[in-house]
Amino acid sequence: MNCVLGPDNILYDTVLFREVYNFVGQVLPCWLSWFVAGFVIIFLLVNAVLLGAAAFSWMERRLIGKFQNRLGPNRWGPFGLFQPIADMVKLLFKEDLTPGTADKLVFLAVPVAMVAPVMLMLAVVPFAKDTALANLNVGVLYILAVTSVTSIAIFMAGWSSNNRFALFGAARGVAVLISYEVPVVVSLLGVVMLAGSMSLADVVSAQTLPFIIVQPMAFFVFVAGTAAELNRTPFDMAEAESELIAGYHTEYSGIKFAMIQAAEFGGVMAASGVIVTLFLGGWEGPAAHWLGWLWFLLKTMAVAVGFIWVRATFPRLRIDQLLALAWKFLLPVSLINLLATALEIYFLRDASGVLTRGDLGIMTGINLALMAGCVFLFGSLVREKVRPVAPGLPPGVTPVILPARESPARDLPAGETD
Amino acid sequence: MLFQDVVFWLLTVVAVGSALGVVLIRDLFRAALLLVAVFVAVGGYFVLLNAEFLAVVQVLIYAGAISVLIIFAVMLTRDVQQGNPPNRLQIPAVALAALLLAALVTVAVDTQWSFLPEGERQSVELVQTAAVSDISPETLEQAGAAGESAAQGVGLADLLIGRFVLPFEAVSVLLLAALIGALALVRPRPAPQDARASGAESASESAGAGAAGSEAD
Repeated sequence: MNCVLGPDNILYDTVLFREVYNFVGQVLPCWLSWFVAGFVIIFLLVNAVLLGAAAFSWMERRLIGKFQNRLGPNRWGPFGLFQPIADMVKLLFKEDLTPGTADKLVFLAVPVAMVAPVMLMLAVVPFAKDTALANLNVGVLYILAVTSVTSIAIFMAGWSSNNRFALFGAARGVAVLISYEVPVVVSLLGVVMLAGSMSLADVVSAQTLPFIIVQPMAFFVFVAGTAAELNRTPFDMAEAESELIAGYHTEYSGIKFAMIQAAEFGGVMAASGVIVTLFLGGWEGPAAHWLGWLWFLLKTMAVAVGFIWVRATFPRLRIDQLLALAWKFLLPVSLINLLATALEIYFLRDASGVLTRGDLGIMTGINLALMAGCVFLFGSLVREKVRPVAPGLPPGVTPVILPARESPARDLPAGETD
Repeated sequence: MLFQDVVFWLLTVVAVGSALGVVLIRDLFRAALLLVAVFVAVGGYFVLLNAEFLAVVQVLIYAGAISVLIIFAVMLTRDVQQGNPPNRLQIPAVALAALLLAALVTVAVDTQWSFLPEGERQSVELVQTAAVSDISPETLEQAGAAGESAAQGVGLADLLIGRFVLPFEAVSVLLLAALIGALALVRPRPAPQDARASGAESASESAGAGAAGSEAD
């Protein structure tokens, strides 16, 4: 039964699929090998997302606990490590409610539409050298494409729930998504130009210096934009708990809620993996040939912890601050970065178009200086114009004269009328 | 090959079924979602043709951006749950659709593909060959690097800033005009009720640009 996947097959570039197919093809008939190889890929993707989501939910709750000077989950297993399992069991046994006025079919499709992009995103991230599930030659663009589908899932959730809070959350979420997509795409162009390829494996091998120091502006823009697209604090307008209950997934419960939650947590892990691949050198590190997967996992965890840290530190932005940041700061900075990178590559590359490590070092210096200038210049554009009210009232506010009372203790001082 | 045939027919069922749904279903929101399904299925055709770049761009632009704008417009339409009310434009619409279909079919059939330069014709032939059968290694070798690069975006970039630089720049001017138009529409007017009316109009046109416009003021 010698089944071997030839290079003319469209699945030839899917390294793992090819390897599994060729391996089982030695003993099984070809049509069965298709199913086995396909099943292996799907099994790996589903479990990577679910395990990543479980690990991240535990990490987030423990760390937020530490940041807020409390314990966090600590009962179930060592350090509360089994808490995600307990959460899962609880959510599975909860009643699965669907609102009576909901658009049932669309409502049902939302959890699937939320989880699918995360799995598709993980499919192209290389975990170690030559170890991606699929080595696409348009990998960077592919990641942008599959993540852009998330906005439709958010729309579906908001609309089908037939609930005004869900709809508000969806409208906000999509406004944020389409605003932040522009700077994210433009910031990635610098990386693609430096690597000379859109394949993620090539981007990693081009990083003789990690792109985080060669492209500091692109890194900041990409991380900020990713946090916004993942609805992470400080950009979590779409599910602001204190304003919108839970935003677009207000009406979801039970297993559907678990899937949406898994998509969000797994999305953070997948996005961290993408950030590591694009900016932090991916699998590279000491003894990368044997320990590449370990460096990749450690770096991914570090980026994920960074996301948690940001969540614990910054308050939520208002919607106007959010859009001002996107259009007045991130977009011009990413455009300047694109222009500067293009010019630097044009002048620094040698005849065959190769950039040496020294060239990258020169670019690092220029880009860092440029970043300081940009932060100074565009930072003043988004700085909050509203100053705290000085003693006395702002113009146009008539003071409320409180009637005299017996106990003066509750009287408010001047300037704090509400 | 069997696998590609199966995928092709699955994609066709999805694409044609969803396209029928788009025009037949009364719920506008579901129709918009089915349009997304059509776009994704067309992206699947591009994957089958080994044109991954086109497939990804199809999903990125059509499924990720254009349908989001369409859904925004649907959500900002009043009484959308009643569906699309019947009106007297049905017959002109049918005539227009038929004309458009005829024009598209004519263009597709009558285009002289050999008019293209040598390298590009090979890449077009490569795609056409792949449409009826799977690509053999010999075809790939014959088409050479030209076909490979044209499918993967390198040739596309050369064409965009080389031969087709004028249309490319014209499109960018058009986009700039649309952006300025959105800005002008959302600009606050002296009379408050006027401003509210114009804001509602422009919001359906370009939500992102509209947000930028209101920020810039």
